[in-house]
Formats: sequence, structure tokens, C-alpha cells
Amino acid sequence: MSWVDVAIQAGIWALEILVIAASVALSVAYIIYVERRVIGWMQVRKGCNRVGWAGLLQPIADGLKLFLKETIIPTTANKFLFVAAPVMAMAPAFIAFAVVPFGETTLFGLWETAHVMAIANINVGILYVMAISSLSIYGILMAGWASNSKYAFLGAIRATCQMVSYEISMGFAIVTVLMLSGTMNLAGIVHAQAGGLLHWYIIPLFPMFLVFFISGAAECNRSPFDLPEGESEIVAGFFVEYSGMWFATFSLGEYAAMILISLMTSILFLGGWHAPIAALDVIPGTVWLLGKAFFLIFVFIWFRATFPRYRYDQLMRLGWKVFLPWTLAWIAVIGICMYTPVIQDVIAFWRPGSGA
Amino acid sequence: MNLIQRAVRTWLLTELLRGMMLTGKYFFKKKITVEYPEERTPLSPRFRGLHALRRYDSGEERCIACKLCEVVCPALAITIESEERGDGTRRTTRYDIDMTKCIFCGFCQEACPVDAIVETQEFEYASETRAELYYTKDMLLKVGDRYEKQIDANLEADARYN
Repeated sequence: MSWVDVAIQAGIWALEILVIAASVALSVAYIIYVERRVIGWMQVRKGCNRVGWAGLLQPIADGLKLFLKETIIPTTANKFLFVAAPVMAMAPAFIAFAVVPFGETTLFGLWETAHVMAIANINVGILYVMAISSLSIYGILMAGWASNSKYAFLGAIRATCQMVSYEISMGFAIVTVLMLSGTMNLAGIVHAQAGGLLHWYIIPLFPMFLVFFISGAAECNRSPFDLPEGESEIVAGFFVEYSGMWFATFSLGEYAAMILISLMTSILFLGGWHAPIAALDVIPGTVWLLGKAFFLIFVFIWFRATFPRYRYDQLMRLGWKVFLPWTLAWIAVIGICMYTPVIQDVIAFWRPGSGA
Repeated sequence: MNLIQRAVRTWLLTELLRGMMLTGKYFFKKKITVEYPEERTPLSPRFRGLHALRRYDSGEERCIACKLCEVVCPALAITIESEERGDGTRRTTRYDIDMTKCIFCGFCQEACPVDAIVETQEFEYASETRAELYYTKDMLLKVGDRYEKQIDANLEADARYN
């Protein structure tokens, strides 16, 4: 491999990274718009509709406003950590997108075999996503501590506790998927669900789907698990001292994490880029994947418009006393099913790699 | 039985789904937003907005400087000074209302024996400085001249309830 090849490969990677990062950032802006409108509609309001046609320029106006605003750094804050924290909170959410497969393409027949549309199609993709997305808690913790404010500190404590609790049940929910798919590669997991709606893991793993999705809401501090922000109790939680662009960076990370969770749920449980029935395969796989992810994002927004915030002990109870035993039990159930003579054959329907 | 019912409801998340169905239904309902500068809600004839000093049809100002409004004003927003005019009548030389103090209770309007001070339906008089919200006699008279028709119609509409 000459240095020219290396340069070309690096260029392609840079381009891919740019495309994905830019589209994620843009989606974040418009998800905030969709959120405002949807919540507005559910509250019999119209939502933002003044800037541009149907308010479509609102996110740009908001972004511009935040960009032009002054960033206030409290005198008692640790300046380095205070400035570094939003970046630390945002970066992991974006880095995790590196392994997300957005579909398969032959580039209009140019390639003989279908290539997976991911920046890095690594064989432990799911572990990578779990590992990287957990890192964003450091940003939140740093923000809370560096702000040197009571509210921010309380928010950071809550966020840490919540993330640690829900990551466990999330991980166990993923384990059940891995047991069936037999691979940690995200594209491989999607391939294992090929063949229509009945092959999707939501069918045998429906409770795990719920656990994963709800834990996902808790992971990215979405309502009804938005205790780290808790406007009515601790003002804005860990980012109470932030303003302007640094504040925007936090929401960028938060919403990027929400997109990531929606994509992961679609990939793990909803068949990724596969159409529910074979006849609908004419629609490109990427559209299916993004459509499913968008529906899940809509459900997140729907949650926010519907449910009141959890009390803290209820949050912990749900994580440790409901989700954790439930996921552990389901792992055992799946495991037993896989080695019980008759049921084995039924389960094999979802295990294309098992050879059964 | 009750326990089983409760368990089923909890584990099938029926309560959550019912809540979501409710918000889902509202998603499609007709929106009640009034897009303010273009659309407005109707105002009552009794609406208490910006103050006005009225005149008689002859052009003579109604106010006789009895100072009942100044006395009744709970926010002490009204300042009146009066003198004898050339024709021997008592008239105000100064009639100021500080809109930043006014609480729009309408007592001045009720106290006035000659219907001189009234509150109009005008509520869009925001300004960039506090000084501009200090309304002098001239300004109040001008407001009265501008809205006389409306004031008259509103007093007419409300008269049968007095």
C-alpha cells in the first residue's frame, strides 16, 4: 500500500466523517424543531411557525442566536474543565456514529458485492457503541463539578447515578440480541434479521425491546427520565451555568445521543435496513433505517408530551428492581430455549447463523 | 383478582399506552392558537386598557378637577393640580398618570362623576423608555380624541349593567 493509497483512504474517511457529522448536526437542529411542533400539537398549540415557511428556519435562527450570545464563565468555576466539559459530553455521541451501518450499497452496480455503509464496519461494533456512549457521562460530571454550583452538582450526581444504573440493563438487553444473532457486528446483526417482519428481534425479544428503548430514554436524559435537568427542582441541572454556544453544545450531544439510541434500537430490534415485507424492498434500505429511527425519535417526543417526570427513588426502582431482574430472567429464558430440544427448533427461526 | 388485574395492567403497560393514546388524539385536534398580531381575541366593552380624558361634544374638557380619581387610586399613579380658569371654572393644570404604577383596576373610571377619565381598549402602547409611559394631560386628552367613538360605544354597550 503506497502512501497515495493511504492518502486516498484517509481522504475518503475524512469525507465520510464530515458527511455523517454534518448530517447529524443538521438532524439535531431539525429534531428540535420537530419536537417543538409535535409537543405543540399535542398541547393543542401550533408550535413555532413564524420564521420561514411553517417555521422551518427556526432552528437556524436559534442556532445563530446561541452562536452570537456571550458565553459566561462563572468566576468560581474551574475554567479549563468548564470549557472542556461540553465537548466531552458531545464528542462521544458523535464518535459512536462511526460504526452505525446506514445500509448496504453496491454503488449502483459499481461494486460486485454489497458494501456496508459505515465509516468503520468493525466486528465488535455493538461493544464499541456501548463503550463510547458511556463516556459522555464524564462530560456531564465535569460540567457539574467544574461549574461550582449546587444545582449543577446535584444534576451531575443524578446523571451519573442514572446512567450507571440504566447502562446495566441496557447491556443485558443487548446480550439477548447477541445470543440470537451470534455476532457483535452491527451489520451482521441486521443480516441475521433478514427475511421480513417475523424475523425481527422485536418478536422473540419484545420485553427486551421495551427495556432497551426505555433505558435509552434514561441514558440520554430524555423525559420522563430528565432528572439530571429537572427544571422544576434543580433549574437546569448540570448545565445550569452554561450559556450561548456551550449550552448549545450540550443539547447537540444530547440529541445526537437520542438519534444514536433510535438508530441502535432500529438496528438491534427492528430489522435495521430491512423492509417489513419483501414487496417493499424497492424502497432503499437506508430510507427504511432512517424511517424507523425517525419513528422512534417521534416516540421519544411523544413520551415527553405525555409522561410526568419520575421521582428519583422511582427511577432507581425501575432500573434496579424491574429492568435488571427482567433482563437477567430473559437471558436465562433465551438460553434455556436455545438448548431445549423442541423449542430449539422454534428459536432457530431467529438464528440464521446457528446452522439449524 | 384485583392483584392479577393490576399485574396485567402494569406489565402490559396499558396505563402508559392509554396516556399516549390521549396525547396522540390531541395531536390531531384543531389547534386553538391565536396568532396574535394578525388574529385577535374579542375585547369586552369593559376592557381596562390605556386611560383617556374625554371632552364634551362642544370640545370642552369634561374633567372638573374634583380629584376623586386621585384619592381613589390605590397605586397613587394619578397626580392632579388645579387652578381657576379665566371663566371662573375649576380646571386641572396638570393631570398625569404614571402607567408604570397603574394597576388598571378601573377605580378612577368608577369614581369620576362626569365620565372624564375612562379606560380604553387600547393595550398596545409599549415603549422603549419608562419616561414615555408617564402620560400627561395633553397625551391623555389626545388618546381621548382618538378613541372617542369607541369609548362612547363601549359606555353605551355597558350602560344597561350599571
